[in-house]
Amino acid sequence: MLKNIPLSAAIGLLITGTYFLAAIFASWIAPYGMAETVGDVWEPSSAQFWLGTDQIGRDLLTRMIYGGQTTIFIATAATILSFTTGSVLGFLAAVSGGWIDQVMSRLVDLFMSIPSLILALVILSSIEATVVTLIVIMGLLDSTRVYRLARAVAVDISVMDYVEAARLRGEKLGWIIFREILPNALSPLVAEMGLRFIFMVLFISTLSFLGIGVQPPLADWGGIVKENKEGINFGIGAALYPAVAIATLAISVNLIADWILNRTTSLKGGRG
Amino acid sequence: MTTPLLKVRGLKIGATVYPPGEKPHDIEIVHGVDFDVEPGKVLGLIGESGAGKSTIGLASMAYGRGGVKLTAGSVEVNGRDVLQAPLRDIRKLRGAEVTYVSQSAAASFNPAKQIMEQVIEAAVGQGKFSKSEAQKRAVELFTKLGLPNPDTIGNRYPHQVSGGQLQRCMTALALCPEPDLVVFDEPTTALDVTTQIDVLKAIKDAIRDTGVAALYITHDLAVVAQVSDHIMVLRYGEKVEYGTTDQIINAPQEAYTKALVSVRSITHEEKQPTEPVLRVENITARYKGTNFNVLHDVSVDISPGQTLAVVGESGSGKSTLARVITGLLPPSAGKITFAGRTLTPDQPSRSMEDLRELQMIYQMADTAMNPRQTVGTIIGRPLEFYFGLKGAEKQKRIQELLDEIELGQGFQDRYPAELSGGQKQRVCIARALAAKPTLIICDEVTSALDPLVADGILKLLLNLQKIEDVAYLFITHDLATVKAISDSIAVMYQGKVQRYGTKSEVLTPPYDDYTDLLLSSVPEMKLGWLEDVIANRKMESAGN
Repeated sequence: MLKNIPLSAAIGLLITGTYFLAAIFASWIAPYGMAETVGDVWEPSSAQFWLGTDQIGRDLLTRMIYGGQTTIFIATAATILSFTTGSVLGFLAAVSGGWIDQVMSRLVDLFMSIPSLILALVILSSIEATVVTLIVIMGLLDSTRVYRLARAVAVDISVMDYVEAARLRGEKLGWIIFREILPNALSPLVAEMGLRFIFMVLFISTLSFLGIGVQPPLADWGGIVKENKEGINFGIGAALYPAVAIATLAISVNLIADWILNRTTSLKGGRG
Repeated sequence: MTTPLLKVRGLKIGATVYPPGEKPHDIEIVHGVDFDVEPGKVLGLIGESGAGKSTIGLASMAYGRGGVKLTAGSVEVNGRDVLQAPLRDIRKLRGAEVTYVSQSAAASFNPAKQIMEQVIEAAVGQGKFSKSEAQKRAVELFTKLGLPNPDTIGNRYPHQVSGGQLQRCMTALALCPEPDLVVFDEPTTALDVTTQIDVLKAIKDAIRDTGVAALYITHDLAVVAQVSDHIMVLRYGEKVEYGTTDQIINAPQEAYTKALVSVRSITHEEKQPTEPVLRVENITARYKGTNFNVLHDVSVDISPGQTLAVVGESGSGKSTLARVITGLLPPSAGKITFAGRTLTPDQPSRSMEDLRELQMIYQMADTAMNPRQTVGTIIGRPLEFYFGLKGAEKQKRIQELLDEIELGQGFQDRYPAELSGGQKQRVCIARALAAKPTLIICDEVTSALDPLVADGILKLLLNLQKIEDVAYLFITHDLATVKAISDSIAVMYQGKVQRYGTKSEVLTPPYDDYTDLLLSSVPEMKLGWLEDVIANRKMESAGN
């Protein structure tokens, strides 16, 4: 299956793979402890501190590796949550139709009419921001987007003759959703998953930058930008490293999503 | 002998295919074809889907659709090889010397522009006529093609005229620039039989009156026999046989041509009605949110192990009848009795036994099978669902069913995309049979298939009826199919049963006017049939 990978997808896989591996093995590869002060304030990069140090003298590379771990973990967990809730509810609405569909869809419209960042700010100002609450809030807010896509895709599929044939056979809802519709809806959903993951990375970074996301001393990319943003005034680039990391991760995940979309939409049942 | 208008020599056409998991490679789809079209003559190109007939038709305009490339040979129009000509010259050719009529006029007209504007576009754009001259010519053509209100029909939008009329407007569009050659690509295939005949007559008269030459592409030999002077039979991108229409129809040489000419040679002994297994009584139905009855007071019976054919044009309500019987559309009045039990009007409340005994086969086998399930899963599911079969027992039964539909070993693990059209429809038949039904509803099951393949499917269905003693409700617009397989017939027209009885009763004169129109509209493989029919008609077709 790894034959004939286009160059763009190979680059995407390489970069994303590096970030994920770094996140998984953070405690082995990080040169120093996460919250350990090891040098002076904003030291330039050197053989000892590859990316220099941050605003209170912690090793920036170590912070970046642990920050990547937090950011990627929260984004992944929230994406999984948003996809399971969003697509199951979306499929259910499409297959049931009638008032069930109407009630669910209008409720989702209601939530979508409130900007999700503002909604998240309001919720997080009233409850404590822990990793778990962040994942749940982000996942559920984002599931409205997934719901819309899943419903739209499933509505198209549920009028196909093979779904009608399954209904006529007397199949239950579970079979129709998971065996008839899901396999055929997978490729747009997987592509969307790549996109949503990136939005999650941006979302959590935004929240942390605003100071209501991941709380110190825990590191995450958005938080590192916030901590080091004053440095830019003095020509110190510490805040740019996490920004570059966010941007490259976003692009490389998209390259992979494009490639998957191309592969799975080909004929021959998408197994080629 | 006159010089040919279109002279094609050694034409080879190739395309690049992109099979998943393999390197893209080139294949050849037309392997060196030669033919001539003389001025004012009509050449019929006939063959199954995939024979390359449309590709050859477009090649005469030096055009390859999609990734199709014209790789070798020459196409001479009026003595110039257009394959070698620069694009600038080809553009002068298209829409002026050679024009094109496509299969689906509805999809080819721009819905946002008036018909007249589109009909004169090529003629004016190519500088052949001024706008007012072109409009005058268009009106003449509308008149010649028998369109109603020829002076004003051009001001309508495409959705404001019927399908048959739109197809004639497209013919006017093609004839407007006074071309030397018109390529007709299946112009009547998408139309009802009763409409097809009017369009066919209009096209034929227009060709004769304007003296234009034509390439007429179709898969229906009986249709092409009515309009063409010569016929070329194509298969797999190669010429099978070429001759005058008379010779091809009456004295075909090649085995393949003979098979095409003698298709629908099935004979079926009519059975007498017995105590019905399905009884439809006084059904009236309408779709939700409309105040228009699609079915009015429809009553039919089906005897066990027999076939009821429901025939009619599109819009006659025949598919709606199937939806009412399966419970997908609860009727507003009437009663359905099945195997002695009264069926509940809506499908979800029916018993497992009712669901199992009433199966359905769809028109488009492509969309009737989940593309992500293997043939084994598709056929195996009803076995598992209705009979609880598992493991080796299920595998054995699946293989038995595959043998019954005449597909051998090794099909279980294939996906629908790896089957041909005929094989797909066979798998759908096996899925229906797996439930051991008493009645199968067949909704236009052969109309998307090539004639020879369709013939095989009909033979299979008849054979299975003998073995399994299953009854069929056979919905179709094709009267040749009806004659081949039915025991009784219901003719539907505008939601009502117009004529109903055993096959011999329905097909014995005197006919009512509609049945007469329908029966006489089925193209016959006979020269001069078109003129005879038009001369003897009692009623206008609905699409006219």
